[in-house]
Amino acid sequence: MLQVLFDALSLGSLYALGALGIALIFGVMRLVNFAHGDVIAFSVFALLWPSTDAVAIVFAGHLPWFLLIPFVLAVGAGLSVLSEIVVFRRFRHASPATMMIASFALGFVIRYFLLMLFSSRPKSISLLPALSQPVEILGARMPLLQLITILATIVMLIALSVFVRRTRFGLEMRAAAENFTMARMLGVRANRVIMGAFALSGALAGAISIILGAQTGTADIQMGGAVMLMAFIATVIGGLGSLEGAVLAGFLLGAASVVMQTVLPPEARPFRDAFVYGAVILVLLFRPQGLIAARGTKERV
Amino acid sequence: MASFPKVKSVALRTISTPLILSAVLVVLALVTVAYGSRPFNQTMIDIFVRVILVTGLYIFVGNSGVLSFGHIGFTCMGAYAAAWLTMPPMMKELSFPGLPDWLKALQLPYGPGAVLAGIFAGVFALIFGRILMRLSGIAASIATFAMLAMINTIYANWESVTSATNSVVGIPIVRTIWPYLIGAIAAVFIAWAHAISRHGLALRAARDEPTAALASGIDIPRVRLVAFTLSGAVVGLGGALMAHSIGVVTPDTFYLGLTFITLSMLVVGGIGTLTGAVMGVVLLSLLIQGLRWLERGVPVGESTFALPGGLQEILLGVVMIVILARRPSGLFAREFVWPARLGARRRNSSAATRNVPAGDA
Repeated sequence: MLQVLFDALSLGSLYALGALGIALIFGVMRLVNFAHGDVIAFSVFALLWPSTDAVAIVFAGHLPWFLLIPFVLAVGAGLSVLSEIVVFRRFRHASPATMMIASFALGFVIRYFLLMLFSSRPKSISLLPALSQPVEILGARMPLLQLITILATIVMLIALSVFVRRTRFGLEMRAAAENFTMARMLGVRANRVIMGAFALSGALAGAISIILGAQTGTADIQMGGAVMLMAFIATVIGGLGSLEGAVLAGFLLGAASVVMQTVLPPEARPFRDAFVYGAVILVLLFRPQGLIAARGTKERV
Repeated sequence: MASFPKVKSVALRTISTPLILSAVLVVLALVTVAYGSRPFNQTMIDIFVRVILVTGLYIFVGNSGVLSFGHIGFTCMGAYAAAWLTMPPMMKELSFPGLPDWLKALQLPYGPGAVLAGIFAGVFALIFGRILMRLSGIAASIATFAMLAMINTIYANWESVTSATNSVVGIPIVRTIWPYLIGAIAAVFIAWAHAISRHGLALRAARDEPTAALASGIDIPRVRLVAFTLSGAVVGLGGALMAHSIGVVTPDTFYLGLTFITLSMLVVGGIGTLTGAVMGVVLLSLLIQGLRWLERGVPVGESTFALPGGLQEILLGVVMIVILARRPSGLFAREFVWPARLGARRRNSSAATRNVPAGDA
């Protein structure tokens, strides 16, 4: 029972972090960023030296953990900010569909850039191996990593919410999310806020990539995809642009997947995802604006 | 309109668009037959199949303004339905032991099979649409995406009926280009007929001014449902023809990769126009083909010039970003029409062009 709870929480943590990364950017510029998953993959590969061999040549991965984690976060943030400057700045006035496709094209570019350097074969890496040792808590055995994932997510969420609520930059970001034009008129510097949102979102992608890399022990150019899709769904169920909603929905989705895995009869288990997605459609039917609707998403007439 | 004493019907005023587009497709087919090698023939068949898919997607996405990530699910249904209908009974016994006996014994030629497969997909689009079309905006997009993932999960796991993730082989392969050409032209005319019908006009009104449309008595979920069903049927037909063009189907052929490439073609071509849908496919496919050709190596004098592997996709992505940054509403924000003889008529010449915001070309 406790095992199920921790499984749900740790899967939910991943989805919540991903959803937050997407919601941050959506909030300030109405962009659904499909390149997010590829930023996740890129952050892991930044630890490796380019080669097409199956065994990874570790490069920055040898750093001690207190340098390694900031390094990955910085890579994620850097790539994300770079994508804003090079690509998304040109799309400020484009329709959401155009921006979405542009972000998809950018993700495509990043993915194939990695493919060129590293080939498409997954590589085995040992990232922070100390974390895979099992620990025993209240009679449930679980990898230390799972515990750390949950704790780190909680710490990050608290830090982020303090940042968003208590600092001037956070205030500006919330103002921009609510009404971008009005915020600009009141002196919020648009480019700075947007770049800040991209940096935060990229750092979150870096955090996901560390967790995924340590969990699976492989680096794969596709690794961000699955998390990103769930995160994307979580963002919408949570109420687009609402940060709390994104986190809540991320945890709910993680819980739904894990619970269905244990509750469904064995012959229905392969169809688990179909049930999860069916639940997503149901939630949307009853709450099309999401669980926690952000203000200002519905146009007033 | 009032200044013209003789007002032509909407059909006559707009027929030039599908005619010109069909002419483009016919010319491509003729060039292929006249000069093409076998790989080139296959490339052109792929292009025609994608024209069907993207045109089908346009019927819903272009007219309703709701981005759908789910249509490739109907393509999947169409492709498997074509496999169920046209494979020899013996091979069906191997791949799909769970099918009902009458279906196992049936073996249709590919033409009727493809039409039935389209209808099959359309019926499911109607069922899903009944539920999904109550949503709008981004919630609708995500719901269609969830639908795609559901269909994929079911087809990838229902061993006895879909052979799960194994490749289904034994679908009759059709190598001549004509059925694909006919399918593509049919898709273009269906899209055109829908766009100028009452439902199409109402749907575009609802896209541009939802509040005003609602106030004028348009039942938005209903007009969306009509478009969704029709476009589901067209992409289902495309799926069936795609199955016949490659001869093998797996559930993952019809998942995110195909979804994104078809959506990209639509958006790069011009999301709001039929011309954009068709020309987006033709131009992007030719670009992809050209880059592949460069990747394989082109003899330049003594040496061979070749792009390193992977660069093809990177260049494709970069070209798409540049096009979208330059022309956010796509390459063809206006429909192809006959050159107008009268300056005044130009402004009113086509109802279909009117949905494009003025001055953005």
